[in-house]
Formats: sequence, structure tokens, C-alpha cells
Amino acid sequence: MKDTVSIHGSTGTDLHHESAVKHVTGRAGYTDDIPEPIGTLHGYLGISDVAHARITAIDLDDVRSAPGVVDVLLADDMPGSNDVSPTHLHDEPVLAKDRVEFWGQAIFCVIATSRDAARRAAELARISYEELSHALDPVAAIEADYPHVTAPLQLKNGDAEAALAGAEHRITGRMTVGGQDHLYLEGHIAFAMPGEDEDVIIYSSTQNPTEVQHMVAHVLGVQSNAVVVNVRRCGGGFGGKETQMNQFAALAAVAAKKLNRAVKIRPDRDDDMSSTGKRHDFVVDYDVSFDGNGVIQGMQGNFMARCGYSSDLSGPVTDRALFHADNAYYYPNVLLRSRPMKTNTVSNTAFRGFGGPQGVIIAERIMEEIGYFLGKDSLEIRKANFYGKTDRNVTPYHQTVGDCIISELVQELEGSSDYATRRQSVLDYNARGGIIRKGIALTPVKFGISFTATWYNQAGALIHVYSDGSIHLNHGGIEMGQGLNTKVSQVVADAFQVDVGTIKITQTTTEKVPNTSATAASSGADLNGMAALNAAETIKERLVQFAVEEWGVTAGEVAFLPNTVQVGSEQFTFAEFVNKAYFARVQMSATGFYKTPEIHWDRDTGTGHPFYYYAYGAAVSEVSVDTLTGENQVERTDILHDVGRSLNPALDLGQVEGAFIQGMGWLTTEELWWDDRGQLRTHAPSTYKIPLASDRPREFNVRLVDWSENHKPTIKRSKAVGEPPFMLGISVFEALSMAVASVADYRECPRLDAPATPERVLMAVERLREGTA
Amino acid sequence: MGDIRKEIRFVLNGGDVSLSDVAASDTLLDFLRIDRRLTGTKEGCAEGDCGACTVLVGRLVGEGIRYETVNACIRFLASLDGCHVVTVEHLSGVDGQLHPVQQAMVEHHGSQCGFCTPGFVMSLYALWMEAPNPSVCQIETALQGNLCRCTGYAPIIRAALAISEHGNPGSDWLNTEREMMVKRLASINDGKRVEVARGADRAIIPANAADLAAVLAEHPKATVVAGATDVGLWVTKFLRDISPAVFIGNLSDLKQIDCTDNRIRIGAGVTYSECEDVLGENFPHLVEFWKRIAGWQVRNMGTVGGNVANGSPIGDTPPVLIALGAQVTLQSRKGTRTLPIEDYFIDYGKQDRKPGEFVAWIDIPTCEQGTVHAAYKISKRRDEDISSVCAAFNVMVVDGRIIHARIAFGGMAATPKRASNAELRLIGKVWSEASFVEAARILGEDFTPLTDWRASADYRLRVAQNLFRRFYLENSDQAEPVRLIQA
Repeated sequence: MKDTVSIHGSTGTDLHHESAVKHVTGRAGYTDDIPEPIGTLHGYLGISDVAHARITAIDLDDVRSAPGVVDVLLADDMPGSNDVSPTHLHDEPVLAKDRVEFWGQAIFCVIATSRDAARRAAELARISYEELSHALDPVAAIEADYPHVTAPLQLKNGDAEAALAGAEHRITGRMTVGGQDHLYLEGHIAFAMPGEDEDVIIYSSTQNPTEVQHMVAHVLGVQSNAVVVNVRRCGGGFGGKETQMNQFAALAAVAAKKLNRAVKIRPDRDDDMSSTGKRHDFVVDYDVSFDGNGVIQGMQGNFMARCGYSSDLSGPVTDRALFHADNAYYYPNVLLRSRPMKTNTVSNTAFRGFGGPQGVIIAERIMEEIGYFLGKDSLEIRKANFYGKTDRNVTPYHQTVGDCIISELVQELEGSSDYATRRQSVLDYNARGGIIRKGIALTPVKFGISFTATWYNQAGALIHVYSDGSIHLNHGGIEMGQGLNTKVSQVVADAFQVDVGTIKITQTTTEKVPNTSATAASSGADLNGMAALNAAETIKERLVQFAVEEWGVTAGEVAFLPNTVQVGSEQFTFAEFVNKAYFARVQMSATGFYKTPEIHWDRDTGTGHPFYYYAYGAAVSEVSVDTLTGENQVERTDILHDVGRSLNPALDLGQVEGAFIQGMGWLTTEELWWDDRGQLRTHAPSTYKIPLASDRPREFNVRLVDWSENHKPTIKRSKAVGEPPFMLGISVFEALSMAVASVADYRECPRLDAPATPERVLMAVERLREGTA
Repeated sequence: MGDIRKEIRFVLNGGDVSLSDVAASDTLLDFLRIDRRLTGTKEGCAEGDCGACTVLVGRLVGEGIRYETVNACIRFLASLDGCHVVTVEHLSGVDGQLHPVQQAMVEHHGSQCGFCTPGFVMSLYALWMEAPNPSVCQIETALQGNLCRCTGYAPIIRAALAISEHGNPGSDWLNTEREMMVKRLASINDGKRVEVARGADRAIIPANAADLAAVLAEHPKATVVAGATDVGLWVTKFLRDISPAVFIGNLSDLKQIDCTDNRIRIGAGVTYSECEDVLGENFPHLVEFWKRIAGWQVRNMGTVGGNVANGSPIGDTPPVLIALGAQVTLQSRKGTRTLPIEDYFIDYGKQDRKPGEFVAWIDIPTCEQGTVHAAYKISKRRDEDISSVCAAFNVMVVDGRIIHARIAFGGMAATPKRASNAELRLIGKVWSEASFVEAARILGEDFTPLTDWRASADYRLRVAQNLFRRFYLENSDQAEPVRLIQA
């Protein structure tokens, strides 16, 4: 008999990532590692080298005659529709035909016998353009009268104009917030294998296999049932693989069907970064009024976003920026507007936080502004504006915040990080007037959980219990590093009370679970964990019914104990019991389903209840800044983060630590830089700098809130964790700002734009010094 | 030349490899992943910046083997002749037992998406062999060339600190079987010139420096490849034809470091890592600076000679070498000639290297009494970044007066260049903050920097000026620190 005290790997334990051993040995398979069938061909995209132009001629003679080239696909070669617009606005051609709208847009796809041959051939195209004027950023786009890529949103509560006009104090300002490249370590890739009839099988590194299925079917002009999409794992996603794989998958599929050969497409990192979307950059104008205590009375914000040439996910992304422009603060009178601007840049897309961080950072900028204006610690301003529990708790979208724990959380973090004492030390240090200045900031986050597109909040699962007691589990989510498969296994292990090793999760495939949503919006474990639990409960009910009939006991006398099933006074191992059920012809396969309750949203009126619940967190960061060069480092960060009742504290800590560093990178070293002609010049890790190990805070204390549980009946009362801690990186940004402000004795908010590169920091130091002199 | 070997030979994990059908541009990564299906080694960037392709390469040094991390993506296959290549597949025991590095990474949740993980495992493996109980600082230095986008690094650092709880390097395969491997490598290092090709795409490994001169006399337009940390990108990013390519990275007579009382001689094949200690001992101001050149893998591959030879305006070593008054010696079949390093850089993309010549060595004079030195690198990210501005100071002070100054900058002009006007302004002045601030004020007469993605022209000039102040302040008694201290 096995140890029956408890199962291995139940929820709440620090189970290792299910692929950890495969990761460290190099045996974890990614799409490019799949053995290629004989005759596999490779595609490479030919891309534009102008930002906006009419195509006047495409000469591909040299491409076609290059060594190894088998075929070249153009826009007209799409058998179905030449479109992969995820919003169905038909604004995203697979291949550009008459016009290119950004530098890096695909015009043709060359298919050759090797990737190297295809890549070299793609360089030989001669494309003639009639160049048109371009607009690269949202301000230039507005000046040039460019359209919105999708309908703007307005959120309104109270009377912002009146509150601003009659204010005791009022500040207006503008903040530019940079975008961010995902820099998933595994770049985009799609591998298509032709099947019989109209069938095609796609292997792709995607967070959204159902979307790939739909898009491939759409481009091939076939029904969805002809397309199977398989994903074992992604080497990172972060939102960059929610829609951006569509083009590669569609082209691989078209070539595979046309040539009846397996076709793989994997762009070089430079092309991946030039030709696929990123986090939206924003320029935000804010106008805020407040009383002498810093309590906000009116707030107006105009959020202009660089959306790129097409809509992609810019609608929901810019919506979410508005949804989070309050962060954790109550705005009694508020008017928020989005301006999703078309620009001649790559179409921006989902990225961890999905517009939320760009909203949150504006709320934090406002707190900072008020703090400097009133000569107070911005933390005081924050606390004065936190959402209340019973009043002052209605958001700009008219949802009542019913679970706000930010005050308690921040209070605990203030204590554990020794915030007040350390802030005084920082002030004392700076008062000595040295070259090195310090800053410290505590910033909170409140993040709404649920897809704002309500219909995405559904998930499916499929469980087979085999007659030897082993369990095969599938769900619609994608394992991209976050540990989703591990958590869902733990949920199912709990349900059956079997060791987690009994359960195997295989690749995500559209064949097993249909109509899935992207693994995004931090929702993976919430949705798929519940769906898997639902499937497990169905099988358990059948097994209980079997026991009732077989042994003549009541249902209450059947219990799933650790690796054991108790039936009346008898005990069986799980495997023995299941085997008996098999011979009794019990169906031990079931699907599961879940849809998030309660949520609704009316975009036209800007009102509703779009979020099932909120996740909370806060961070204190202390930095040092060299005021001669702008170089800086994070000396210490303390984080306290709310994941409800954790499904796996080790994995959740990993998410919090990783998200913080990624958020810090967004706001410090990660700079997207386009030249005047519209070419992105930071298009690889040599030029685009994500944090390294040595950029970690010198002291890094991360804890999960140990008293929180989700007040909603989510899976085991846990909370989503993927995105919320990303915004904790704002603490670093504001701490840098404080160090800068010290050179002018904190009289002025430095108004750093993001990212705060050493250059921006130094230039702000110099600007404040000149203002003082 | 009768004595030419027409195949390259190396050891891959446990097995011998001989290849004759090798193009100059073939990379180790493609060989591993495509030809050998060793897919544990990943391609993340194909430019030596992410470390997902990190493998170990061992080569004979004296009586032993030196194993180093390298980026397989930009390491040319032909350059592996005579080496031992170790990939992640070779770490676990024959029974599948995880290696101590792997055990620690699993135990401390060091992987999330897992794509970068094999590269981290290899870097940590190399570190553990050198330093079984490393400091956090040593770990961070070893991981400068490895990007992880998921974990935020904290769990990887925790794993790195715990490796030795799972085993000691003495019982590691690379150590227990080292004697055998020395013999194996010695047997394939036969001292012959090696020539391999695929069609017209040719790679030549000369037998020695004299043979290199002969090869270049025959192929004056050949691409000379030492560490391939620059030329590698010509191939992986710009798809350039580098044939015929001459690989000089393993020529023992170019790998010499020779010290006399008044100069250090660095052979053209000496990597950054190989000369790190000797330079640190002789030029203490370079200790920290040296560790900020690229990442560990690139320092293990790249050479100082290559950094000079390719004449990049943003190379890290030329400003330092110029300030120190170093000289470069070029060699050809006709003999050698020596010139001050600053004279070697003629203009952007143009160096004083004639067809048939190669950089043979660099002489750096030892520091004179009374000189004050500094080397500064300013970049967007502290580690593994290319300088936006690089500065090197060499100022002689006698009786409180500046009598001599050599100050050079990178990133400020089309070539690495001295700040001649600012130098003149300093000479004869008293050693004071005011003297340096005044000299910095006229730096605009020396430089008109460009704006690009690394920095704006304004920032470059401003920070370069401020570095004059930093130089003075950190070499005078100050109550407060004037630089960040990386604890």
C-alpha cells in the first residue's frame, strides 16, 4: 500500500513544474525540435523596407531562380481569404498586395528546400514602391488626421468637467509611455503538415490554437474541422503569441496544401521583432483636481495609443488601459477617452497586462504629481484615494469594487519593508548632496480579472481514466512557462485524490477541446482548472454510482481517500477500483466545461461588471542613481502580492518575481526606437535590452499574502497571477523619479517618460538642475 | 603545400567527428540541431546575445584542457577543429541521473518556459567547474550572456548557490576523464593546415602565424576570423559570404601573452577572458571594465585583436588601448610593421590594414609612475550591452599639476578617437575639479556625436563631459561615493 496520509502534489503544495526535468536536460520539445518528415520545406517572408507606400512592381525572378527555391506565394495565392484580422475587420492581409503600411510588412513568402536557402532567396526580391507620407506615433497620427483602427471608448462617472473647473488644486500633464517587445526566448514558428482531403495539421508556438485553427481555415477557404492545431508548449508567450502567429501558420498551411509537403516557417529574431506586434505605446494627457489633502475630485484622461497599421487587439487593449486608469483609486468624477490611433508601424498586440499597465502608470503618475505639488510623500496621497469598502468604491465603468484589500495589504508591506524609516534615510542621504542620489517608492496594483470580451470567459477539458488507474488530462489552455499544466494537474489530483504522477497532460490540441479561448488575461488556471474539475467530478459521480450499485452502499459511504477509494468498510487502491469499474462498463471519460458567472459589459454605455474579481499587490523599491550619467540600480525591492489561496506557492512566487522584473524592464532599459523612415532599429537582443540577472534588485523580498482568499468561488479560492504583478515594476520607475527630484529639493515632479533609460534619467536631472539654477 | 588536412576533426560529447563538407559559414548551432538532431541547444537570437545556444568548448592549453562557454549560434563549425564540444545532452548520467546543476535548477524552480534553460544550465555548469561555491556576483557575471524572460532570475540564482549541495566538480565526467580527453585532442591536433569546403565556400585553418601570412598572400581578400563574435553576425544577420575564411582563433603563436617590465604583449588570438587576469594585475582600472565587455560567452570567444582589427567606433577596447598608448603590430609575408593604435583607425569602416596583412599583436605600455587611469562604459543596460559612450583616461600628475593627458572616447565619432582639444586644455593645469570641468566644456570641439538607438547626440556629449568630473572626483578624496556600488 502506498502512503495514504496525503497525495503527492495536491493543490497548495510547491510542486515542481511538470516539465522541469525536461527543461534542464534539453529534452522538452518545442515546435522547431519536432523531427521533420522527408521533403520538409521551409518558408521565409519577404518584407517591406518602407513604412508606407503603394507597391508599383514586384520582381521575383531572382527569388524564383535562387538555389533551392520551390515556390513563392503572393497575396493572390491564398485559396480562401487573404486576411488574418482577429477582429474580423479585414484590415490585416496575410500578404500585402497593393500597399504596405509599415516597415516589415510581409509581401511574399518564398518556399525552399532549407531555411537558409529560403532566407537568402527572400533577399533577392526587387520591389518598387511609390512612397507615401507616414505617421509613426499617435501624436503624429492625430496631426496627420489618421483614423482610429477601431472604435474609441469612453468611460464616464460623475461630472469631471465641473469637478475640474471648480477645483481647489488642478494639474495637467502629458506622459509618454513606451511600448515593449515580448522577447519570448522561442520566436514565432509554424509547422504545417498536409493531410488527406482538405486536412492540415499545424504545430505552432501559440497561446491561441483555436484562433490559428480559425485563421488557417479562413485563409485556406475550408471548414474549421479540416484544421488541427497542436501545441505542446511555448517558449514564452506574454501575449505575443495570442494573434501574431496567425500569419506564419496560415502561410505554412497554404504552402503545405499547395505543395503537398510539410512546410515550416521560422523568422529570424530580427524579423520576428520587426514584423510582429508589441505592447502599445501611449501618449496620455491628464487633467486632475484635488483638495488640500490630495483627495481627487475630478480626473480626465485622454489615452492616445500607437496601434500600428491594423486593429488586431488594439480595441480591447486600449479599453483595458481605461479600465485600469483608476488602478486602486476612487475617482468621484471621471472622464476617460481612448484614441486607438492608426500608425505606420507594426500592428501592436497583447502583452502581459493588455493595456492595463499603461492605465495604471497614469494613475500612479497622478499620485506622484499630487505628492510633489503638496509636498507630501506620494504614499500618503495613495492612501487618501484608495477605494473604500462600503463607499467610494465605484469604478469609472460603474462596477462596485467588492473585494478591496489594498489598504490592509499596503499597511502590511509598509511594516515588513520598514518603509517609513527607510524613506527618512533616503531623504537624509540625499540631503548630503552627493553625486549618488537615492529614491524609494511604494506603488500598489489592483487588477481586474476576466476577459472583457465576456464570451472568452469559457473553457473546456477532457479527462480519460484508463483501466489501470492512470489519468489522461487535456484542457484548452497553453503551457508557456507559467505552470498551467502543473496547476491543473494538481486540481485533478485533488479531485481524484491520486498522486499527481498518476496524471499526464499531453499537448493542447483543437481535436480534444474545441472552441477554446486564448491562454491570456491571467485566466488560464481560473478557467481551465474549473473545467478540468468539472470533468473530474463527472467521472467521480459515475464511479460513486457504480460503487453504490456494486456494493449496495449509500453514496455517502464512498470516499476518495489518498490513492484509495473507500467503499463502506472496504478499501481499494484507486487502480483496483477503476479496474473494477471498467469491467462493470462504467464510462470513465468525460468532458468538462466552465464559464465565469456574473460578468457582463456594455461597451456602448461604458458600464457593467466586466471583472469577476480583482487581484491586489504592492511593491516598495529603493534605487540609487548616478547623477553624472543617469546609470542606476535597484538596491532593494519588497513585494507583497495577493494570489488568493495559492494553488502552488512556488509557481506563484515565480510568476510574481518574473512579472516584476519584466515590468521593471519595460520602464527602464527596454526601449523601442524607430528611425525617421519608420524602421525599428531595436530589433534584437543586441539592441533591445531586457533585464539581466545583474539587474535584479540587490535585495529582493517577495511574499504572497498569506491571509487572502478569493471571495468568489474560483478554483480552490485562488486568484489569477500572470499579469497583476507586472505593474509592481512601477515602484522602480517612481523611485528613480524621486532620486531625480532630489536635485531640485523635491519641489517639482520630474515627469519622467517611460522607459527611464539612463539617458532620460540624466536629462531629467539636468533639466531640474537648470530649472533650479 | 602537400601537408594539408582536408577535414576538420573534433570530439562532440563522447564521439569523434570528422567532416570535410564544411562551408566557412556553417555554424555549430545548425550542425548540432539540424545535422545531429541535438535539439537541447536552442536558437534564441542568432547573434550571441541571449545564450540559449550556450555549449562548452574545450581546447588544449598547455598540458590540460580549458573548457569555456560559447555561443553556438555564432561559432563557426570549422573553428572547432581540435576541440571538444559539450552540449546539454551530455550532462545527465548514463542512467538518466540528473547532473548537480540540473538537480539544483529543478529543486529551486529555475525554469518556467524552459527555452533558455539549457543555456543557463551550461553557463552554470562552467561556473561550477571553476568556482564550486560561487558568490552572487560571480554568478551574475557568469550569466551576463544568458537572457531569461520568465523567471526574473531569482530562482536561477538560488539554484546556482545550491549546486554543490548535489555534487562536486571533482567527480564530474569532464574532470574524471580529462586525461583521456587530453590525449584524444592531442591526437587530432596534428599541426597541419586544414582546408575544408562546400563547393566554392571555403574555410582555411592555417598551421601557424607564418602559414597565416602565406594564406593571406594567396588570398588577400580572405575574411580573417578570430573569435567570430563580429563576423558571426555578418553571416547570421547579414547573410554575407565570408569565403574564403581564415580561422586564426586556435593558432598557438597568436595566443601568446608576453609581459616585460615596460609592456604587455597580447597576441591577436588572445580572448578577452584569457587576458583578463594579466590586464587586471597591470591595470587595476580595467578589472571592473573588463567584466562589462559583452557577456561571458562572448568574452570567451572574442579577441582584443579582433576588436581592434575590425575598427568599430563602438568597440570597448580601442579607447582604453589608445589612452594607454598601445601599439598594434601588423604582419604579412613581407614582415611586420608597428603603429600607434589611434593611427590604425582611419575612418568609419576604414583601417590601416593592407591586403595580406593581419593584426599580429598589441603592445600595451605598463603604467608610468604618477599616472591616474580610468575606463568608463556607459550603456542602456549595465551588462552585456554595447556602449553608448566609452571613455578612457590616462593623466599624469606631478606636484599637483597635470603634465600629460591621453583621453580617448568610443561612441563619439566615426572612429575611436582622442579628445585632443580637451587634453591640451588640461595640460599644465592644476589637478582640480575646475580644470576638468573646464576641459570638458570644450569637448564639443573634439566630438560631434550622432543620435541613434543607443543614445542621443546630446546625451553622448553631456555624459562624456560629466565623465571628466567623475574622473576627477573618484581620484580625489570625497566623503560620498561618486559611483554606484554593485553590492
